[in-house]
Amino acid sequence: MEKSLKRPALLAALLIALIALPTVADAAGFAALTSLATRVLIYGIAAASLNFVLGYGGMVSFGHAAFFGIGGYTVGILYQHYSLGEPLFGFIPGTNQMLITLPVAVVLSGIMAAIIGALSLRTGGVQFIMITLAFAQMLFFLFVSLKTYGGDDGLIIRRANELPWLNMRDKHTVYYVCLAIAVLFFAVLWRLVNSRFGNVIVGLRQSEKRMAAIGLPAYRYKLVAFIISGMGCGLAGALMANFLRFASPDMMHWTKSGELMIMVILGGVGTLFGPLIGAAVFIVLESVLASWTENWQLGLGLILLFVVLYTQGGVQALGARLVGRSA
Amino acid sequence: MLSVAKLQSAYGPSQVLFDVALEIGEGEVVTLLGRNGMGKTTTVKSIMGLLKPLSGEIRFTGREVRGATPETVARLGVGLVPEGRQTFATLTVRENLVATASNRLGRKDPWTLERVYKLFPRLRERASQAAGTLSGGEQQMLVVGRALMTNPKLLILDEATEGLAPVIRAEIWSCIEALKAEGQSILLIDKNLHVLKRLADRHYILEKGRTVWSGTSNDLTHNAELVQRYVGI
Repeated sequence: MEKSLKRPALLAALLIALIALPTVADAAGFAALTSLATRVLIYGIAAASLNFVLGYGGMVSFGHAAFFGIGGYTVGILYQHYSLGEPLFGFIPGTNQMLITLPVAVVLSGIMAAIIGALSLRTGGVQFIMITLAFAQMLFFLFVSLKTYGGDDGLIIRRANELPWLNMRDKHTVYYVCLAIAVLFFAVLWRLVNSRFGNVIVGLRQSEKRMAAIGLPAYRYKLVAFIISGMGCGLAGALMANFLRFASPDMMHWTKSGELMIMVILGGVGTLFGPLIGAAVFIVLESVLASWTENWQLGLGLILLFVVLYTQGGVQALGARLVGRSA
Repeated sequence: MLSVAKLQSAYGPSQVLFDVALEIGEGEVVTLLGRNGMGKTTTVKSIMGLLKPLSGEIRFTGREVRGATPETVARLGVGLVPEGRQTFATLTVRENLVATASNRLGRKDPWTLERVYKLFPRLRERASQAAGTLSGGEQQMLVVGRALMTNPKLLILDEATEGLAPVIRAEIWSCIEALKAEGQSILLIDKNLHVLKRLADRHYILEKGRTVWSGTSNDLTHNAELVQRYVGI
């Protein structure tokens, strides 16, 4: 179904471009481009995770920022306990080792996704959208009120998590770490989407009843998909906290859920790399438009309207059609 | 294998089934006849758990399954080929067949992709094509193949040949014949009486939600008046 990986030449070119990006950016005098690209990669992971349930599974979650935030706060809270030297709850030592914080962030966001998913997947349609939104907002307000961890102001992480043999204070290194993780993430996602499990998830979107009549329990499959998706967002959140060296309630605000959704729609719902493209378009637009006008969202809104009304499947589909026409 | 007795079912306030009874034995091919709106599909839905019956008894392989969920009924070994072409349109033919395949009952000689392709060679040709792009007949073959890949004890075909070209129809009938020869139990709902008489062992006629007649193909052939009255052909 997903033919993206069957175009290895295009992918290899993209990968080489991404590997060369920091060097080229520095040489061309646009050093800021590396940071921009890092954000694109991180949001790409988050948006692709959301897309797994939204695009493939047809579950319109409006609360995925919750998992993004959980990932970020995991890194932030573990760092705070590490730097203060006080164990969390009196017995869990803090840490600044990325090899620990990332897996912990993924597991915690997975657990949270299991809880939120278990409750909200009992509903569907508009109720599902509203319940996921409500859960995310509950978490948002919880973290706003947690004064120990910065409350409204968020948590500052003085130094990014450490990885053995790498200098994580170097922007390029952080970029390459994110790139490596993104490559790994998309490889796993590709396998998942094309697996039997992925096929069932797509089938469920088309008809739950039909799946049930074949003997597959819709709820369980959807819950597993939701958990996987939450874990992906948690991973992205943990990376983002490392990149920004900051975790704040804003990471789980409902507008963040909306942004992730916009990236998915911009790029192409239900495609493997669409969300990554969507994240790139979103972030580039955000920085370009914001440099022109304070009301950059207005421009973004117009572009989103255009994409939804005229591209029939986001930037990815538009690109495919342009390529198809010239070929 | 399947025994239904005194089955009553309703869609909301309007009762459709009043007294349906039928019996299918191991390796038997049985049909459900009757004009449109007499409750054939409703009976299938009730058996499958897609509709909760009001009362009555549905036993499958010795287990009471009335009120069970569709998953449970399917897992016990009922494979449904529903009315209308219900493929998963964006998945390829191969994915449609493989994604939901299972052999929960541990059948010794399970259905494989290869066997389904042998039964429907057209599906092999279309293996990597999206199911939604197939012709109606091919989609119907795909749904039959998908049901077989779950290795059902009982296969239910609800209007499997409706609206298909005669050539395709003949192809599906010959497949059903092949399945019968293998000893597959089948419940058929269809309107092609002449084929059904040849293919099936026994028949049930539904009239306004009640089983009003049952008998063998032979009985049916010698009872033209009955056919005229209830089936209207």
